[in-house]
Amino acid sequence: MIALIPLFPLVGFLINGLWYAAAQAPEGKKAAGSAVPGAIASLSIFASFVVSLVLFLQLKAMPEEGRVIEQALFSWMQVGELSVDLSLRVDVLSSLFTLVITGIGTLIHIYSIGYMSHDATPGKFFAYLNLFCFAMLMLVLGSSLPILFLGWEGVGLCSYLLIGYWYDDEEKAKAGKKAFIVNRVGDLGFLLGMFLIYSTFKTVDFAGLKGAVSAMGAGVPETTFTAIALLLFVGCMGKSAQIPLYVWLPDAMAGPTPVSALIHAATMVTSGIYMVSRLNFIYSASHTAMQVVAIVGALTAFFAATIAFVQRDIKKVLAYSTVSQLGYMFLACGVGAYGAGVFHVITHAFFKALLFLGAGSVIHGMHEEQDIFKMGGLKKHMPKTWFVFFIAWLAICGIPPFSGFFSKDEILWMAFASEHGSPVLWILGAMTAVMTAFYMTRLFRLTFYGEPRFETGRKSHGHAAHSHGHGDKKHDDHGHGGGGGVHESPAVMVVPLQVLAVLSAIGGLMGIPHYSWLEHWLLPVIPHHELNPSINPAAEWVLMGVSVAGAAFGIWIATRTYSNLKQADELKSKWAGVHKLLENKWYVDEVYELLLIRPIQAFSEILWKILDVKIIDQVVLGFGRVSAWTGQQLRVTQTGSTQAYAFVLLVGVVITLGYILYGLA
Amino acid sequence: MISTVEPWLVLSFSAVIFCIGLVGVLIRRNILVVLMCIELMLNAVNLTFVTFSKLQGDMGGQMSVFFIITVAAAESAVGLGLVIALFRTLRTVDTDEIRLLKE
Repeated sequence: MIALIPLFPLVGFLINGLWYAAAQAPEGKKAAGSAVPGAIASLSIFASFVVSLVLFLQLKAMPEEGRVIEQALFSWMQVGELSVDLSLRVDVLSSLFTLVITGIGTLIHIYSIGYMSHDATPGKFFAYLNLFCFAMLMLVLGSSLPILFLGWEGVGLCSYLLIGYWYDDEEKAKAGKKAFIVNRVGDLGFLLGMFLIYSTFKTVDFAGLKGAVSAMGAGVPETTFTAIALLLFVGCMGKSAQIPLYVWLPDAMAGPTPVSALIHAATMVTSGIYMVSRLNFIYSASHTAMQVVAIVGALTAFFAATIAFVQRDIKKVLAYSTVSQLGYMFLACGVGAYGAGVFHVITHAFFKALLFLGAGSVIHGMHEEQDIFKMGGLKKHMPKTWFVFFIAWLAICGIPPFSGFFSKDEILWMAFASEHGSPVLWILGAMTAVMTAFYMTRLFRLTFYGEPRFETGRKSHGHAAHSHGHGDKKHDDHGHGGGGGVHESPAVMVVPLQVLAVLSAIGGLMGIPHYSWLEHWLLPVIPHHELNPSINPAAEWVLMGVSVAGAAFGIWIATRTYSNLKQADELKSKWAGVHKLLENKWYVDEVYELLLIRPIQAFSEILWKILDVKIIDQVVLGFGRVSAWTGQQLRVTQTGSTQAYAFVLLVGVVITLGYILYGLA
Repeated sequence: MISTVEPWLVLSFSAVIFCIGLVGVLIRRNILVVLMCIELMLNAVNLTFVTFSKLQGDMGGQMSVFFIITVAAAESAVGLGLVIALFRTLRTVDTDEIRLLKE
């Protein structure tokens, strides 16, 4: 039964992929529209959502401690003492993740039918999307580290394929490469951590590992736990975009917007949090590793938020916001509040997917315009998108009772009050919350309010229609009603947005402080953790008030600043230095370029031009040259004269005979 | 009275004939002469066979001679056929001219 969950997307991938490869991609064949491949893909992921739901209900009906369903498919490999079965396991943690992946996945697949309607190769797109879902589901369902790693690499591959989906554009192809290479660095850490786990505990199965850790935990030095935890965390830095490996995620926005929503906001990037929560018993054994995770998370949250302040591209703002929110999740894990981290994964999946899809709807309606300074006043043109964006905005800013408030507040409280927490972490987190409110309000206001800063009227529509010559006739039909070429998105895109809006609004209710259903549900995997006893419980309410006030303050400032753009410009020129620094993302990419990429390139150049071309190639060619030269010298013996050959034969016979008759005697 | 011939005389004679044949094969230019020299060598060998056969009272040597004669006949037939074919194509039987295998 469990196997069905990843199987459906795999089948969807095979159908769409083979259909595309056989009947659409070859020269002269016509690509299918987005409707049929989209329907196949959406149905397959929806089917796995149904299965996930059934399994979730089954788990719910079981007694609390035994909430595990396992299915062994076959023995994958057997090397020495290591034997890995391909077996899947649904427990309280993975059932939540499968629900999020398949549920939000379904919505995004449906949305993509509308979004990709003008695309040249929707068949390929949906095949990749299904393949991604398959890999992601393997990641969360795998019952051992190698299977998790299988999914881990699979989602990395799909991420690469989908970021570089429009590979005609070199920049996008490069973004895909960057994502893949940066993730490679992280994956190396993951692999080493996995090796260290095996050499220490002789097992890679999660259940076995948990048993081994509790059985021999005291005998294993804490440094081993630290090493394992940190190596695995390097993998998380890559996949979940933490400092210093976060640089690929903003560039990953080159992919189609539904991809950004599904892979680079809701699911794949949270796999690091999944792994840390899954292996929480290892992290909890090492205080150092927890500290590192918490600090990296808090710093990532803070720095990414500062960069999001000044970005002009609507998707870039959301990308840095995602990095920042992922930082929050790791902050939660680092202070021992894995449950809060998972809670934020879920609510973030709701509202960030909604923000991305809303942004996609805006981009679609604005004819591929992504600069928020060229938008404005869209509330009038896209009321439905505005409304869902409004909900998502409230959710991410942390305004009660929307979902983001509950999870963010839980994290902030834990950062302060957990036995691993500290006020410094809380301050970083709270400042990030204020900044989040600020940049999201900036984005929201610039996009939907104020005077339109794009060309309106018939002229602009003509221009838009012209620039979209590749679109179909449908494109000319809409947009006439409102001003300019801006139009509301079709229902196939809006309905998933509305569903997500409902989830973003009420999703937080599963984790109301002190009555948290989620925390209770996760208990078999994530044990309850202790608060610092010296902290007054009443502080929780004070801090909650502070963070809401902070969010409100951020919103107020941003609203005041960006309701008058001249004023915003003045502010910008006043802080020109800082603005430039932030606009260039703290020059991190440039520093990497200087410190890593150039030296590696130079070194590779040496390997290529000297070691390879001058030495290895010459040696190989040398063998050929020696053979040719020898042949050239020996060809003089080939006279063609029969009698010369006969003479050589005679000499040979004489020598042989002489050897036999006299030599042997 | 049956006159007997000294074996060394016969063996020396056949050695001389063999060498004449060998030198002929190596130095004569006319391919027909080369073929004849090959026959000469074969017959020298035959003579040696018969001599040793007689000396040791073993009929195996004389058996071999019959085989060699048969093979030699076949060989000359094939050889002459080749010579004719060569002559038809190249209009010569001079071995210096026939160097088709050079390089």
